[in-house]
Amino acid sequence: MTDRETRITPLHGAGGELMDELLARLILPRFGKKGSGRIALSALDDGATVALPKTGELVITTDNHVVKPIFFPGGDIGRLAAAGTLNDLAVMGARPIVLTLAAIIEEGFPIADLERILDSFAAALAETDAVVACGDTKVMPAGDLDGIVLNTTGLGVAEHAVSDAELKKGDVVLVSGTIGDHGMALLAARAEFRLSTVLQSDVAVLWPMIERVLKVGGIHAMKDPTRGGLAAALNEMARKSGTCIEIEDAAIPLRPEVVGLSDLLGISPLEVANEGKAILIVAPEKADAVLAALRGHPLGANAAIIGRVIDEHPRRVILATEVGGRRFLDMPLGDPVPRIC
Amino acid sequence: MSQPFHFSDPKRAKELSDAIRILAPREPVKLVHVCGTHEIAITRNGLRRFLPASVRILEGPGCPVCVTPAADIETAIRMGENGAIVCSFGDMLRVPGMGRSLESARAQGVDVRTVLSADEAVRIARENTKREVVFFAVGFETTAPMTAAVVLDDPPPNFSVLTSHKRIPPAMAALLDLPDTGIAGYLAPGHVSTILGTKAYEPDLARYRIPVVVGGFEPLDVLYAIALLLRQIHDKAPRVENGYPRAVSEGGNPAALALLDAVFETADAAWRGIGTIPASGLKLRSEFHSRDARRRFDVRVEEDDAEICGCRCPEVLTARAVPSDCPLFAKRCTPLSPVGPCMVGAEGACSIWFRYEGERPL
Repeated sequence: MTDRETRITPLHGAGGELMDELLARLILPRFGKKGSGRIALSALDDGATVALPKTGELVITTDNHVVKPIFFPGGDIGRLAAAGTLNDLAVMGARPIVLTLAAIIEEGFPIADLERILDSFAAALAETDAVVACGDTKVMPAGDLDGIVLNTTGLGVAEHAVSDAELKKGDVVLVSGTIGDHGMALLAARAEFRLSTVLQSDVAVLWPMIERVLKVGGIHAMKDPTRGGLAAALNEMARKSGTCIEIEDAAIPLRPEVVGLSDLLGISPLEVANEGKAILIVAPEKADAVLAALRGHPLGANAAIIGRVIDEHPRRVILATEVGGRRFLDMPLGDPVPRIC
Repeated sequence: MSQPFHFSDPKRAKELSDAIRILAPREPVKLVHVCGTHEIAITRNGLRRFLPASVRILEGPGCPVCVTPAADIETAIRMGENGAIVCSFGDMLRVPGMGRSLESARAQGVDVRTVLSADEAVRIARENTKREVVFFAVGFETTAPMTAAVVLDDPPPNFSVLTSHKRIPPAMAALLDLPDTGIAGYLAPGHVSTILGTKAYEPDLARYRIPVVVGGFEPLDVLYAIALLLRQIHDKAPRVENGYPRAVSEGGNPAALALLDAVFETADAAWRGIGTIPASGLKLRSEFHSRDARRRFDVRVEEDDAEICGCRCPEVLTARAVPSDCPLFAKRCTPLSPVGPCMVGAEGACSIWFRYEGERPL
């Protein structure tokens, strides 16, 4: 096989014959079958059309996806990109209908790896009814980029979009499963720590679970605790709504592997990313029913009530520690760095 | 399989908290610990909530990078400017020295490498045989045996050590000599004590007749050690007591102590924010002078007394203030733009308070 058949070259992003060949070989077989509207991806037109919903509101979101390593325990950048955007729509209470997929690829990137990434993207997408409507490919010279960057924009439809700010005193705080899996799995996978673990990223598509839960009702706010983890997401919700959130350390579902790695590295599992979890703020009378609905779906098997919305210290998050202490849980400063001494 | 003993058990914590309340004197008592990991355990678990208002516990000089003199940091940088590769723990990089830090020097072109252990510095020396490699050795009796081990293990000729290692017991005594510290008892560090053993505190501390309890780092360990301290105060029976017997023995770790003794001898040492403390440092014995970076490089840096200005770090390091007493804390001084070393070192009280409580404690 020639080099251009196995590796990405600048010509693959140049809009000529080679790019058409790449689209025909890699993109259309995976994403060209289902259309978004009258003019679909398969038309390879300048744009695609999306049929307007008859009721409700449109929700739009966008994300750039960079991850190191590109293939990690439990997933890869393709699954992460699809799930990330689909989940942003889902926690807005929106059924995903359309995604865009744009890639910036480093010259020399193995096409076999690109195919794996696209397969993962397609598999995640297939967990919903959404389709890819359009996309773009650019190639950058070797060394100018670390592998591949994906951008996805998502469009969804909500009867009534759910914000992350409508918290009310007395509301109950739930999480849909174990916390910190993705961030700790990636830290452990980084070569410099020379660790080995069975821990996997939790990267998952949340819409099928959230669709069930929305039917129960009483959901005042939702958020997916990605970068900055549970600590950042809860602080953001408390600040925006002017409420205080109190959570109980002992109630937060944590895998033993995550607790172990956290102790070893000196990094709190509450401050690292999740890619398949949701925080739900629920009216107290609906909390048990929402919990049951979450647990009725495989992704929500470890769902738990972790706290309540109170009015003690507005705009702050309080952590009741397992031993019986209490402290503020603050917004993480930046990327967590392992303790050294 | 369930844990045989649960070190965060709220029921046992409540029992200890009750004992602490019964034992606590009515007049205020100030307890001091000298270990960043103790401060993390206390702050992260919200343990101050278990203490009655009359009982306070503060961190003293428990952060090795915080008490490293600015002159030592400047010395390391100048060795780098003389062409050496300077190997340092990552924690040390951002600590402000005399107008500059290892990190800012690196930005100016000095070859500073972050290492996780002394071993790694030796590996760098083996890979760079044409260059001098200096290991900036910082830390208490917990890390000093590792430095001793590599010095004894025939490192390559281009490897030398800039030692800034310190001994904790003399510093505990020095704090008691300061006029206004008012320390009623010491929670002694579990990690250091694993190496030294409980009996190592007696030569420095016996004459002060002060309660000393070695404590571990789980929430119940800390509460238990505090209860033992308050019992000693109550009974007016000060002594060195082992509150962490599952890890600490009377005699310590003989292999580590033998390494320390083979390589180091005690020397007077400067502590940042405190001053010079007699016999509180570890310098290389004469047979290892060839490994002493201070002898290998012609670098002389004068001690600078006004080395921490503008913040209350010196008082925090001597347990005369808590971070929130400082007007700069969480305002002008944050981990992203630190003023004093206590906000830089991961074991510094200010950095710990900021990390686990944010702008103000609950």
